[in-house]
Amino acid sequence: MQLDNLYQEIILDHYRSPHHAGLADPYDVEVHHVNPSCGDEVTLRVELDGDTVKGVTHSSVGCSISQAATSVMSDLVIGKPVSEGMATYEKFLELMQGRGNVEPDEEVLEDGVAFAGVAQFPARVKCALLGWSAWRDATAQALAANEGVKNA
Amino acid sequence: MTDARTTFSSPLDLQSVRADFPILSRELAGGFPLVYLDSANSSQKPRQVVQAIEDHYLKHNANVARAMHQLGAEATAAYEGGRDKVAAFIGAPSRDEIVFTKNASEALNLAAHTLGASLKPGDVVVVSEMEHHSNIVPWQLACERTGATLKWFGVTEDGRLDLSNIDELLTEQTKVVALTWVSNALGTINPISDIAAKAHAVGATVVVDASQAVPQFPVDVSTLGADLLAFTGHKVVGPTGIGVLWGRYDLLASLPPFLGGGEMIEIVRMTGSTYAAPPARFEAGTPPIAQAVGLGAAVDYLSGIGMDKIAAHEHAIVEYALEGLKTVPGLKILGPQDATDHGGAISFALDGVHPHDVSTVLDTRGIAVRAGHHCARPVHERFGMQSSTRASFYLYTTPEEIEALVDGLGFVRKYFKVD
Repeated sequence: MQLDNLYQEIILDHYRSPHHAGLADPYDVEVHHVNPSCGDEVTLRVELDGDTVKGVTHSSVGCSISQAATSVMSDLVIGKPVSEGMATYEKFLELMQGRGNVEPDEEVLEDGVAFAGVAQFPARVKCALLGWSAWRDATAQALAANEGVKNA
Repeated sequence: MTDARTTFSSPLDLQSVRADFPILSRELAGGFPLVYLDSANSSQKPRQVVQAIEDHYLKHNANVARAMHQLGAEATAAYEGGRDKVAAFIGAPSRDEIVFTKNASEALNLAAHTLGASLKPGDVVVVSEMEHHSNIVPWQLACERTGATLKWFGVTEDGRLDLSNIDELLTEQTKVVALTWVSNALGTINPISDIAAKAHAVGATVVVDASQAVPQFPVDVSTLGADLLAFTGHKVVGPTGIGVLWGRYDLLASLPPFLGGGEMIEIVRMTGSTYAAPPARFEAGTPPIAQAVGLGAAVDYLSGIGMDKIAAHEHAIVEYALEGLKTVPGLKILGPQDATDHGGAISFALDGVHPHDVSTVLDTRGIAVRAGHHCARPVHERFGMQSSTRASFYLYTTPEEIEALVDGLGFVRKYFKVD
């Protein structure tokens, strides 16, 4: 349990100045997700342009891991097709559930590789996934709403 | 800390107490000795409790009551023996006033469900802002079911119950007052007897969440003024899987059943059933038998040491910890700032470091604390906080462990560069 494996400098940087923090207009869907066991909360807005993630903004209270992970997640999905964002999530999830045995793919995860050490702290994995779960929920809702508009 | 150390004095022989708890001599990752400061969450177990459970399972195991053979009789005697011990431990006038549940939450749900059966629109249930979620949500559900209204005592800036509007809260409409005796988040010890007297004056039933009280000081339900009182086994050095609801017998006898099933009935016909007298009425199905044996051993263990001595020790440790924590720069203690009417839990915030990060860093040094809202989100909101770090103590907590915590917090500040 090496602390420095968990608290990589990249994570602390994102924690101190999170990217895309502060809720912005316009947006398609806003969601509010919580970790009921620890109390971390994130409000997150998603704007889609067709099947592309145009914007993600967030406002959250939580620990360094959850705040930094939300910041990195926003960087990873903005400007990308939704399907690519979802695939990135799968890679990140695999890393988080890997108990330290998964070699992270820096091409895909970029700053997200800094979270490799989190997998060795099982109690903190849910912190790293909170922002992702909010983004996936908001994006699914936005896609469904767009689908509804198309079909109308 | 040197000055504080010279003033620390406890009536307990800590070395001999700690020898009963093998887990306390464990080493954790990195060679750090365990510093267990999470007893308000769950206490550790002495050898005597574990051995009683083992002995029961290995020599006397069978179902209770319905098993007519010799082992059945032994298991029944063991289970009912647990009830006798618990009754004596909390001063219950009768063993039939002790209902075994699976935990304190179930005991409070039992109270809310059965008392809730007679609530109606216009009735008022009063709780407080410093309750554990398990003494809020069951009452919210009862109010939703019945149309009754939930009201609550606020909390003052120094973490005490705000009783300034007690006469507005306690009126003839008030049917239930459900309060925690000791706050699990703030450590505040509430004046239950005074409030109970006022609640009874308007005809309300008084329910007390004693989950953090029964472990810490002598309890005598015969003089407290409560009508129902809940606590859990695993916080009184007993096993998980068993809780207790004590109730005045005449009140219990007037309440409808909670869960239906075996042992809680008198006669079952397809057209309808009649129910057993308390406590069996509230104990449907095979009960936590081995757990009752373990809980009996646990209260015997605590009585053997002496609850008055344990209370004095808790007070000394809390005083020592408050002093120590106040030396950490940027640390804010939630709730009462001194040890007067202060139970064995202290929650705090450290400027610039989130509680999860505090607890993770402390954990890598072998120090176990709790981080989060401790199932008491409203009281955190009251103080404008999302969460906190909580250190909690028990009969085996040493002043050296408090010093390890204070040193650990210094390390946390250095690590996150908030020095």
